Formats: sequence, C-alpha cells, structure tokens
Amino acid sequence: MAGDRKLRVIGKAHRKVDAAAKVTGKTMFADDLALPRMLWCRLLRSPHPHAEVVAIDASRALTAEGVRAVITGKDLPIPFGILPVSQDEHALCPDRVRFVGDPVAAVAATTEEAATAALDLIDVTYRTLPAIGSPEEAVATPEPCIHDYGDAGNLHKLIDLEFGDVAEGFAEADVVREDLFFFGGNTHLPMEQHAALADWSGERKLTIWSSTQTPHYLHRALAKVLELPPARIRVIATPNGGGFGGKSDPFNHEIVVAKLAMLTGRPVKITLTREEVFYCHRGRHPTLMWVKTGVKRDGAITAMHFRSLLDGGGYGSYGVASTYYTGALQTVTYQVPRYKFQGARAFTNKPPCGPKRGHGTPQPRFALEVHLDKLAEQLQLDPAEMRLRHLQPPNAVTANWLRIGSMGLGRCIEKVVEGSGWKSKFRRLPYGRGVGLACSSYLSGAGLPIYWNNMPHSGVQLRCDRGGGVTVFCGSTDIGQGSDSILAYIVAEVLGLDPFEISVVTADTDLTPIDLGSYSSRVTLMSGNAALQAAERAREIIAGPVARTLDIPATRLVFAGARVFDAEDPEKGMTFAEAVGTAEAAVGTIGTVGSYTPPKSPGRYRGAGVGPSPAYSYSACVAAVDVDPATGIVTVPTIWIAHDVGRSINAAAVMGQVEGSIYMGLGEALMEEMVHRDHERRLVHKWPSLLEYKSPTTLEMCDVVTYLVEDPDPNGPFGAKEVGQGPLLPVMPAVANAVYDAVGVRVDEIPVSPEKVLKALRSKAKGKGGRVGPTSFPDVPWPEPTRVATPWEGGDGKADDAGRGGQGRAGADGAHAAAVVRPERQH
Amino acid sequence: MPDPKAVITLDVNGDPVEVAFAPHKTLLEVLREDLGLTGTKHGCELGECGTCAVLVDGAPVLSCLVLGLACAGRRVRTVEGMAEGGRLHPLQEAFADLGAAQCGYCTPAFLLTAQALLAANPRPTRDDIKQALAGNLCRCTGYIKIYEAVELAAARMRGEDARPAPETLYGR
Repeated sequence: MAGDRKLRVIGKAHRKVDAAAKVTGKTMFADDLALPRMLWCRLLRSPHPHAEVVAIDASRALTAEGVRAVITGKDLPIPFGILPVSQDEHALCPDRVRFVGDPVAAVAATTEEAATAALDLIDVTYRTLPAIGSPEEAVATPEPCIHDYGDAGNLHKLIDLEFGDVAEGFAEADVVREDLFFFGGNTHLPMEQHAALADWSGERKLTIWSSTQTPHYLHRALAKVLELPPARIRVIATPNGGGFGGKSDPFNHEIVVAKLAMLTGRPVKITLTREEVFYCHRGRHPTLMWVKTGVKRDGAITAMHFRSLLDGGGYGSYGVASTYYTGALQTVTYQVPRYKFQGARAFTNKPPCGPKRGHGTPQPRFALEVHLDKLAEQLQLDPAEMRLRHLQPPNAVTANWLRIGSMGLGRCIEKVVEGSGWKSKFRRLPYGRGVGLACSSYLSGAGLPIYWNNMPHSGVQLRCDRGGGVTVFCGSTDIGQGSDSILAYIVAEVLGLDPFEISVVTADTDLTPIDLGSYSSRVTLMSGNAALQAAERAREIIAGPVARTLDIPATRLVFAGARVFDAEDPEKGMTFAEAVGTAEAAVGTIGTVGSYTPPKSPGRYRGAGVGPSPAYSYSACVAAVDVDPATGIVTVPTIWIAHDVGRSINAAAVMGQVEGSIYMGLGEALMEEMVHRDHERRLVHKWPSLLEYKSPTTLEMCDVVTYLVEDPDPNGPFGAKEVGQGPLLPVMPAVANAVYDAVGVRVDEIPVSPEKVLKALRSKAKGKGGRVGPTSFPDVPWPEPTRVATPWEGGDGKADDAGRGGQGRAGADGAHAAAVVRPERQH
Repeated sequence: MPDPKAVITLDVNGDPVEVAFAPHKTLLEVLREDLGLTGTKHGCELGECGTCAVLVDGAPVLSCLVLGLACAGRRVRTVEGMAEGGRLHPLQEAFADLGAAQCGYCTPAFLLTAQALLAANPRPTRDDIKQALAGNLCRCTGYIKIYEAVELAAARMRGEDARPAPETLYGR
C-alpha cells in the first residue's frame, strides 16, 4: 500500500510542474493560439430579454468586405445542454431568445474588425414577449412559458424530499425557529475571457482548442449538435485562465466556431469580450431560502425543514443539480435526525445560472450558519460550543443517506477558536468591531457523472521508457488549481522520482483517457486515485524483473531517488532507467493504466444522485469585521480559516486554494452582485464590466490565517480530500455573523453591502428590529413529498413507496440523469 | 482597402524592433498580434483589470490603452524579457516557489508591476505592495501569495538569504 511507505513527495511544498511556464508567459491560453488563414468569429446577441425571432436577413452582411460566412439557428438545429434532462440550448437561437445576450447569428470574417462590423449588417426581426424578471414572478406567471418543458409553468424543477418525520421532531424540540434568507447572484469573473479555435482538416476531422473545464462534455455536445462521430472530433482544453465553474458548460461559441470551420474549411477563432463573458454567466443562482429548525436546550437539532427558490435564468445549465445541491449538504456537518427539503428552480429572462465554486451549497450554508448563530443566541450558548457538541461523527450515514468518511470539523473549530482569540472577543469587542463564526463542508467530487454510465470517472495511462522517462496521460483539465501537478507528484511518489522529471499530458481527447472534468472538486481525488493505480501497476511490473536480477524478493525493493534498490542493502540496486530497461527486456514495452470509479452511495431514492461523494472536506472560519456605523461600510481585517484537507498532496498549493477561496468568499460576502436593470422590463445586465462589477482588489483583501487539518480519508489518494471550493463556504456567514456581533444588526442577505447595513442600523435606531432581509417565501406548488426512512428508522435508502413522489416530468424523462435518478450500479 | 500601415521602431525587451501595423492598434495588439509576444494577456481591453500591464520606459502602463504608435522609440518590457540568460528573474522564481501564479493569466502583469515597484523601492512594506498592485486583479490567489512572493524576491534581490516562512507554505 502506498500509504505505508515513508512519503518523500506527498505533503511537501512544491512548485507546480507548470510554474516556470506560467511565470515566463509561455503558457499558451486559447486566445494565444493562431493558425494560418484563420478567420475571426463574432456573435450577434439579442437586445431583448424575451422575444420570438421572426426573421433574420444576413444578405447585407454576407456581401461585406472580409466576411466569409454568416450562420443562424437554422444551421445548427439540434439542441444541447450539460444535463441530459435539460437539453434546452441552441448554439444560435432558432426561434426564441431568452435573455439579453442570447446569440442569434454568427459571422466569420478575415479580421476581428470585419466580423464585428458585419454584425450591424444583419437584420433581425423580433416580436417581443412578456419577460419574467424574478422567481417570484415565475411562480405567479405560469404562462407564457419560457421553455416548453419543466415541472410546472415557469418552474423548471420542483423537489420535495422528507427523511423521517419532521413534524415529530419539531414537537420534541424545546425551541423552534424559522428564518428567511436571500443570497444574491454573482459571477465567476475569470481573468481570461472564454476563447476557442476550431480547425476542420482535409481528413474531415474537427479539432477544437477551448478554454473549457470539461473537454469530455464539450466533446459529447459537439458530436451531438454537429452530427459527427466522436472519433472525428478532438477537443483540447487549453490551460484555463481561471474557471471557478464558469467554463463547465458546453457553450454556444464553441459549437459555432466548429460549425464555421466545417463550412469554410478554414480555422475559425473567437474570443469573447468581457461583456459577453457576463452573458455566458452560469454563475451563482440568486436563492431565496426559508429554514425552520427544532432544537433542544443544548442545541441538539431535532428536525430541520429547508426551502429554496432559485432564480435559474434563461436555460437549464446545471440547474437541476444546483437545486438539489441547495438541499443536500445541510446534514453532513451537524447531526440532523429528521430532515425535509423542498427546492424549486424558476426560469427567468436573464443570463443562465449554473455552477460557481461551491455549486448550490454556499447559499444554504450561509442560511444555515446564520440561522444557527441566531439559535445559539436564543439558547444562550456559545456558537462554537454549540456546533462542537453536535458534530456528525466520522463514518456516519446522514438522514438523507450520505456516507461521511473522515471528519475533521471538530479540530477545525478548535483551531480557529483558539487562533482568533474567539473567547475573549465574541460579544466582548467595542461597538463597531465584531467576530463571527461559521463552518462548512464540501464534496471531494460528485459521486455520479453528469450522464448516466457505469464507466470510470477518471482514467490515466502511464508509460515508462528505458531512458527513465515517464509520461502521465490524463483527461483532467488544469484550470490553475494544479491538477497537472497532482498527477506528477503522485506518480513521482510511487516510482521514487523527482516530480519535475515526469511529463504530463492532459485534456486532449485524442491522447488522454477520459476524465470528467474540473468541477465538483473531483480532480485530486479521482484523477489522483487513477494515477496512483497506474503508478503502482508500473512499479509492480518493473519490480519483478529487477528483483530477479538482484536476486532478492520484490517486497524488499525500494523506489527512491531515481533508483531501485534493496532496502536491506541500499548499495545493491540500479538506476530507475536501468530498472525500466531490465523490465522492458523481460516483459516488453512498459505501459499501464489506472482508473477510478467512486464507491456506491447508500441512497437509492429519486434525487439521491446529488450529494454523495467519496469524501467530504470540512472548514471552520472566524471573521473579524469593522463596521462604520456612519457609512455602513464593512471592512474585514482578518479571517482565520481551518480546513480539513484529509492530506495535502502539495502543501503550498493547498494554501493557495484556501487563500483564493477566502478571497472569493470575501467578494461574495461584501460586494459581488449580478444586477439587471428592470426599467421597462429590459432586464439588461447593469454593469457587465470588470470595473463596475465590484470584486476585491489588494486594498479590500483581508489577512488570512490558515490552519491545515489533516484527517486522511481512506477514499482519497494518500488520504487527500478537496480544498478548491470548501474554504469559500463559511466566509459569507462568518462575515454576516460578525456584523451582528459588531453592531447588533442582521443583514440576512448576501452581499452585506453598505446600504443594507445602514438600512438595518436605521431600523434598529427606530426600534424596528434591525434586520434587513426577505420577509416572505412565495406559495410554490410543491409536489407530493418523496418520503425516505432514515438509517436509524431502519430504512434501506429507498423511498417508502418506490416510484412515488411526483417529481414531475424531469423525473419521468430523466432516467439517465445523475441528478434525478440513481439506478443500481454494477461493480 | 485597409488603412496604410504605420511603421515604427522601438526597443522590445532589449532588442531593436521594427514593426508595421494598422495605426489604430493598441500596444497590446501590436505585441500580441504583430510581434507574437502572447505573454501579455488581456482581461477587458478597457483599462479596468490591469492584466495587460507592461513596462514602457520602466513604468507600468496598461497596454490596452496605449496606441502602438505612441511607443515609437521607447523601451517596452514584457514578461518574455524578464528572464535573462536563461535564468528566471528573482520575482519569477519567488512567484513559482510560492504558487503566486495559479492559473497564470494575470501573472505577467503582476510580475512587471512588481518589478517597477522594486526598482523604485527595494524594501517595500506590505502596504506599499498592496498600493502598487491595487490596479491588477487576480481571481485565483487572494493576492496573499503574490505579496509574499514580492517580499521574498525583494529580500533576495537585496542579497539576503531569504526563505519562505513555514506558515506560508504549510499553514499554522
């Protein structure tokens, strides 16, 4: 077992394998690529939030100088979408636009200027339709439907799940509390704008280079829409200049440049403008939430009922999964013996929402952690103590049938409580200064793939040659998180090599085995396990012939320092290159494969596919704030964060992920917000620019004190769990709780912006409670609940009455959707 | 017909360069499209994000807001010119050592802006660094590893035998 050896690479701080390329400007991002005779593409986008496309006349554009092709929705009639249950997008809208920015036509021209100029020469006739601006409106306005599918009117998805009898739990409680929260929408804002370059070869083969986090899913969408066999399509994901979830869907522009390359026979490239990146969006769903919790006097939860209403924007995207995620992970931090979740996602005429760092879980985590802060105050308990008393134990199965492995949240809480001086600060600081605490958990990879299949989630091929060269091939995509490096460190550890001597080839569907993509914090665990398996197999193949040559048992061989030698007599051995040569002579060319499929989850009800993960990371956070009561401006001097990463593969990279998560959480907590102008129902993005969409600069970023807690999980490679998303989650509630500690007002909305703080302070000054936040939850037509007995009620993970549950049409046609149905797996 | 091209000579990373381009082009476009120096990136092309910063006569400028024509006869430094003789600049070494480059897209501009800072102020405080880099956005790092890398490089450039603090790499 790899875990039994003394670790030489794993756990240390390393450079990333691509660090030198990144600091010298040699990394080639998608927009850095160019091919001879390349054409430039631009998209014509809708100025209306909701309209029928009556006619498109491109004749003037087609005769313009430099223009080589113009295409419209008629040229790309096949729909696509990331989830099998919501194939509701077209590369170019054929008959209807659903948000300002929805593309209707595309131009390919010899220069970017010519392509841009030609957009003005395309005449589109629209017939405008009533637009829906909010989920509340969507609930109240079932007709006209933005889409011709969904669970009810303009409600895309409706979920009602009940685990145990919550009414009984509320009856047992000493205190029952209800709260309402709203989490505003925000966007990923990667520094790199999306770009793609397509080439159609003389052999009728398509190659596309794109800044995508999910080349495999793009491959599938291209094959479907272009009606090409997948073997004729090569997708190369270029290093992403930041993703954060925003490059996880197959996008219009990727399909369009591929089609234009096929039509013109020339390479075609597009780089979105920053404004267009805001229209692609797929960011955080604005979410209204209601939570009711029953507790005993010691804070023990007896039951919890959680409702969410998500503003989905114009298309499905990952939204069905996002909706489930707003109800999935409430149970993995503290013991919740009975749990009910009702979730709804509405279509609205705004850019589509999807997965942003934390995917569907930051909103409910904000609600839950502020709600618990209020409960602790009501019970006169210290919020840290109350949480510590009721943690989920390791290896538990939750009420909603999630299996937890290692669980280091207790140590995380202790670290930040001690490090921040919590006990001397909480409710003790002078007016205007405060501290707040919150905790969280996140997946180390989704337990199920986006489309139903029994195949591995990650694959690795490994080759070793007589020169000592080792190359790792994997479909994983480096978006800056360092996934290429993870492969090198793990292989280096097993084969006793320097990670910088290992070549890594990734994210190329012609060369690399499939990895599902860089989402759900899955890559370190899944591609890492695949790499571990491939490397251990190579080690075993090499060890046999070497042991025979040295005339010792293979079990005594050590692979270290680029040598293979006898543990009992280190002088007796050979270089790694000689060892590979010895093995090649004995068995032929040395190549191995490794693959990873997550363990089967115990939940077997409809909806159980969202939430399971091979391992859960845990985080605890204390935020300090200074609140200026005159302006409402909140500044955050310091955040203390402890994160249970299982085990660091590269400690320096873990630190970077933690700090980056805190930064992004701080932006969400205080300022980042997607806002659309509602004047005359235009629903146009208010500020699609990097200047006006406020994000933290160096001047707003706080100090971060990081504690790494290592509670190795048996499912992780060397025990590793995720770190790329989890540490973001507790920041927003910790800041909101700290604002209350500082000035005694509750802003139950994200972002906690100055005008809301001021409004709450004024309300408090007038004796009106000092709270800003939502005051009602609309009357959603919830379906009949799916009732699932909890593990401690003797349940088997299935719904009480199989097939029941009224999950609507998405359920009926969702037999292949991970998000909806989780059929039996075979292993 | 396209506009007649302008021809200028300038010093790019120490090399005398003659380049012809459409006169409306920005320095960013001339560098990337006409000189093939794609190490200079862009995030908005509106002067909002700092991603395209290069040094002109030693001062950081946003290359998306400067006309190529305005750079005739001037000294332009891009990330491609930072390493000398195959050796990384101390800032590049420190950024690599600490993971101050994650996706790496904003990195060239941060490196060059920091280089200008250290040329003027070899011993910057943390606040000096924050002020100098306030016009550059980074979405990956939370800036902290960038500050630490600039401090580490500054110390090394002053001839000190500086190493990263253990808590920088391993937490507390």
